[in-house]
Amino acid sequence: MSVPHALLALLTEGPKYGLQLREEFEAGTGEVWLLNVGQVYKTLGRLERDGLAESDDAGQDGPQKRYRITPHGADALAAWLRTPPDMTSPPRDELVMKVLVAARLPGTDAHEVIQSHRLYLLELMQQWTRLKEGEARDDLGLALVVDAELFRLDAVIRWLDAADARLRRAAAQPSRPGPVPAPVPQLRRLGARR
Amino acid sequence: MSVLQLRAVSKTYGQEPARVQALDGVDLSVQAGEMVAVMGPSGSGKSTLLTIAGSLEEPTSGDVLVCGMALAGMPEGRKARLRRRVIGYVFQDYNLLPGLTAAENAALPLELDGVAVPKARTAALEALEALGVADRAGRFPDQLSGGERQRVAIARAVVGDRRLLLADEPSGALDSVNADEVMRLLHEACQRGVAAVVVTHDAQLAAWADRVVVLRDGRVTGQTTRPPGPESLLVPEEIR
Repeated sequence: MSVPHALLALLTEGPKYGLQLREEFEAGTGEVWLLNVGQVYKTLGRLERDGLAESDDAGQDGPQKRYRITPHGADALAAWLRTPPDMTSPPRDELVMKVLVAARLPGTDAHEVIQSHRLYLLELMQQWTRLKEGEARDDLGLALVVDAELFRLDAVIRWLDAADARLRRAAAQPSRPGPVPAPVPQLRRLGARR
Repeated sequence: MSVLQLRAVSKTYGQEPARVQALDGVDLSVQAGEMVAVMGPSGSGKSTLLTIAGSLEEPTSGDVLVCGMALAGMPEGRKARLRRRVIGYVFQDYNLLPGLTAAENAALPLELDGVAVPKARTAALEALEALGVADRAGRFPDQLSGGERQRVAIARAVVGDRRLLLADEPSGALDSVNADEVMRLLHEACQRGVAAVVVTHDAQLAAWADRVVVLRDGRVTGQTTRPPGPESLLVPEEIR
């Protein structure tokens, strides 16, 4: 979550006070992501230190200080927008871990584990869809955040379906001795170390 | 009273050793104003459930009731009237008649039921208006976009105050924006009192429903319970 870059983006619209930045950030995300005011001022302090933003005067931090983006800040923001985040290492995912464990644990029905989590995710999606149908119809920021969450949950459900199918196929195949496994590719080991 | 009730419905096809159990003891009840989504992998029995609910096929055992009327033993003429007056169908490939305009397609079920043409056309135009395609009333299906064709198909399914909507992958051939819009329109029809059963493999579309039922191997293996309102999602969590 790049709060510094989000604040820089708001500053491209013109000089703003800290509290104003907090309100606009929260409104821009449909009030789904909230910012602690202390964090806002800490982030602005770092932006100033790094030359990405500057303030009106050298007075005390607080609501009277107005901030603006510097040319260096504008370049940094443009570079951040163009640069994909590093997504090479899959995050440690509790649900993936649960399915892996359930598949190996004697006496555990992995399909039941998958089904119960699937139903929970569907119920969450129902709630987000109600929000999409209601408040998010007139709030673009909220609509974007709601869509992001729906697509994320949908992707998890699709993975659960795929995992369920894979486990069923594996259970249906007779066990047979396989070929000697090839050495683990170097890439995977590097990913694991990170 | 439930608009649709399935009680211990089973359906088998063929004989041993090639016997297929398409449905196995399915219970399902849908109230007026409720949308139920049915999800499941291919071969789980979803489409069979829909054809049985729509009186297009008979179960091997169990009871099917539409608006309290048992379909078992119902004469074919009465079933046909039920299909024209009470039940609306929405298919993935629209099934609009190419030689009829949008208004004529939407009016067709009423006209087949003996309703006078002017009255049927008025009802059709009202249904098209509710679905936002009244300005396309005079166009033929090949002059409409996929999303418009599906809206006309939904208008045809709800025209004349139908009580039960059965939709089989109604958004299947559409892009995600149009697919979402179709589900919104179906949900709005439910808010006007229609009961709907929607078969879909897509979780985002199923999430429009009040309840999601999961089928596997012809059995109901789970369903969502009525979730709390969306306000529970917005208990604010500060970003650290």
